[in-house]
Amino acid sequence: IIVGVPLWWRTTETYRAWLPVSQINELSNLQLQLSAEVEVVFARGTVTPEQQKKVPLTQIQDEEHTVDGDLFINAVCLVVTKIRRLQGNICLKCVFSRGHSFEVQDMDVYVGQRRTALLRIGAQMRVGKTLDQLLAHLEPRIKQVLQVMSFSHTDISAALSDRVRLSPGNKESIADSMRTFKSSPGYEITFSLLNPDPKSHRLHWDIEGAVQTYIQPLLTKLASVANFSIDSQTLYYAMLGVNPRFDSSLSAYTLHSDSLAHVINPVEARLGSNAASSNPVLNFLLYVPDAHHSPLYIHDRKKQEVPSNAFHSPRWGGIMVYNVNGFYGPEAVFPVDVNINMAKVMGVFLAQLRLLLGVQSSTAPSGFLVAPCGSNGLADWELDRLMWSRSVENVATATTTITSLAQLLEQIGNIVINDNIAEQVSSAVTSLQLAVAELETGNLRFALQYSKEAILASERAFFDPSLLHLLYFPDDQKFAIYIPLFLPMCVPILLSLLKIVSDARQKRREKQAKKD
Amino acid sequence: SHAAIKIQPMRQFFSSGHTNNWAVLVCTSRFWFNYRHVANTLSVYRSVKRLGIPDSHIVLMLADDMACNHRNPKPATVFSHKNMELNVYGDDVEVDYRGYEVTVENFLRVLTGRLPPSTPRSKRLLSDDRSNILIYLTGHGGNGFLKFQDSEEISNVELADAFEQMWQKRRYNELLFIIDTCQGASMYERFYSPNLMALASSQVGEDSLSHQPDLAIGVHLMDRYTFYLLEFLEDIHPSSKANMNDLFKVCPKSQCVSTPGHRTDLFLRDPGSALITDFFGSVRKVEITMETINLTEPIHFVNEERQKETYSYVDQLPVSEIIHQKPKQKDWHPPDGFILGLWTLILLVFFKTYGMKHLKHIF
Repeated sequence: IIVGVPLWWRTTETYRAWLPVSQINELSNLQLQLSAEVEVVFARGTVTPEQQKKVPLTQIQDEEHTVDGDLFINAVCLVVTKIRRLQGNICLKCVFSRGHSFEVQDMDVYVGQRRTALLRIGAQMRVGKTLDQLLAHLEPRIKQVLQVMSFSHTDISAALSDRVRLSPGNKESIADSMRTFKSSPGYEITFSLLNPDPKSHRLHWDIEGAVQTYIQPLLTKLASVANFSIDSQTLYYAMLGVNPRFDSSLSAYTLHSDSLAHVINPVEARLGSNAASSNPVLNFLLYVPDAHHSPLYIHDRKKQEVPSNAFHSPRWGGIMVYNVNGFYGPEAVFPVDVNINMAKVMGVFLAQLRLLLGVQSSTAPSGFLVAPCGSNGLADWELDRLMWSRSVENVATATTTITSLAQLLEQIGNIVINDNIAEQVSSAVTSLQLAVAELETGNLRFALQYSKEAILASERAFFDPSLLHLLYFPDDQKFAIYIPLFLPMCVPILLSLLKIVSDARQKRREKQAKKD
Repeated sequence: SHAAIKIQPMRQFFSSGHTNNWAVLVCTSRFWFNYRHVANTLSVYRSVKRLGIPDSHIVLMLADDMACNHRNPKPATVFSHKNMELNVYGDDVEVDYRGYEVTVENFLRVLTGRLPPSTPRSKRLLSDDRSNILIYLTGHGGNGFLKFQDSEEISNVELADAFEQMWQKRRYNELLFIIDTCQGASMYERFYSPNLMALASSQVGEDSLSHQPDLAIGVHLMDRYTFYLLEFLEDIHPSSKANMNDLFKVCPKSQCVSTPGHRTDLFLRDPGSALITDFFGSVRKVEITMETINLTEPIHFVNEERQKETYSYVDQLPVSEIIHQKPKQKDWHPPDGFILGLWTLILLVFFKTYGMKHLKHIF
């Protein structure tokens, strides 16, 4: 028994490598501190020289937000007033209105392409105000600009929607979170040209050049966020699933917005995808209507024409309708060669891509004028914004994954935990701790990188094929296995033990009798 | 141009929180006389495809091949109505797991996502937190279990645990579970994850019965519950507004002989507000693109002399991982002498107590 029982125990127990459970539990009480550095530059003439000397150099603003009670976020803003301008930080310039410096009179803030915003101080603050009043007037406005340019409470809550199911409060933020793809290490973008009528139209599109010129700069800029792979295809005889209606007042065919939802499904069955990767796919379709149904316009709910002639579906992609009937007259010889204007097409696709990736923010507050994004389709502060929300999302997702994995492995005692899983979990925990630390200090790039590593490690650990719990044995089955094996063995052992005990007792009685 | 973005009013978004649909349809029985289980699964497959879910979002698992079975008098067909009225096999069927690939292990791997990296995309359930999933199981079952392939079974506890793991990883928004077996209601008794709705064809202690046989084919073609479910679904079209309460009324006891059951306590929405097409169809939400970006740069001329690389299909798959796989770890078994030694010990103890004289007779 001394030898057998431990031997039996060791051979029937499952191999479980050690997991840092205490660290995981610590992580699950997620306390994130996000800090963004801001520089406020006062333009000449806004602040008198005496006031200049008295302006405090650093001012920290703390904002605490609770999300769902067990989650704390502190948004810390360091407001540093200097006269110099540093690169890489958000720079706010406060100017007094001079009348001609802003063309649009009712805009108070102008957000530039890089990380600069120009803030106009109203005329009533110009004369005779003390420094404290000036600062008190500036503070809420600076806060507002920061919320637009880096992160706000709604953005962070939306990024944490994995952990916390929000009740529909802000409709726009809910729609935003449903529309944008979830954070993933890679995405696949597919451009498809749908030609239902090859007998009439012979379409040429320089997709390689267009992608290189218009889309690739955006994707290069987003390289730190995710990998992208692009492919393109042409589909012939691909029809839309709905019949457009002929509108005689416009002498054109129209597609009402209600029927747009049914367009995607018949087409989707014919779009291919890369068999080897499991990355989410963004589909962009360019549909050229056939000659009998040209021109085709999309109408919105108010029966008005849509200028872009395109629509998109959340977490799927976008479709644009491109009419080519204007390129040839009625006496043309079919098939007609048509060169598609890729700049116009890519303009629409780029806008849809920005929406689907979460780069586009919802409506800016009133009084804000946002500069159009540059040639690479992405302003620097928009990239920062995306990186903030992605980092938070990654950290939250990785924490949830690791915590639930630890819970699962604790609950089910029969799953084998291999060494490589323990390794992945440990590295995920380390990366998470580093990511949270970087978020505190505001190093965005490092935070994003660590959060990506954490996500990769945690996903690999959670979805490891060896973690399959197939060993559910109800208790009656356990008894059914062991009883036939051990019962016959136990019977002679028990009998022998009884015999030994009775013999010993008899001997003791004999000894007693002898003594007496 | 101004970045004045106007987003269209979101009426549709808030009725249900999903943006895509998936379906996992499983038939677990093999052998020719279980033709009706394959026909059940294929008729749900057909309805789901007709209402819009594409093949890339359907994982179809059929444990046996009836259409090309040697005993099928009409090869390449699987009928659901007698007199061969409706061929549910069709021209366009894509079976993802077939024959012996349909095991409890593979089914659980599909649900939890723990598939080996060499698995192609079509065999994976790539759902996210905004996916509504329909899971349909059919076969032979009992109180608390479902039989796979006549050799193994899945218990209701394992199924509930698998759904909980899906919930932990947010692999579904809402899940509809339909099971057509004997004593099917026992399979959803143990569910404990939120946002699950379950339907079963019979209660514990009842048998699900089959519908009529076809005399030419020689087997029963469909089970009753799925037969009436198919008839109900044939009336649904992609823009239909029928809701789950109508689905609960399918196949009352007078038609089904068994009592269908359902479970909605874990479902957060009111079942009356959940449309049939939320699970069986794939109605996409669309938004009009209001803004475009003004691009003015001319297109760069791409160098045509670049070598066109050709890929073969196989190159995309991690073949080297498959070839150079480490051999599976064999479980450690006690040496064969262990049991023998144990018995020797027992015998020695036995003879020690009852006297050595018996030992002489043995040796």
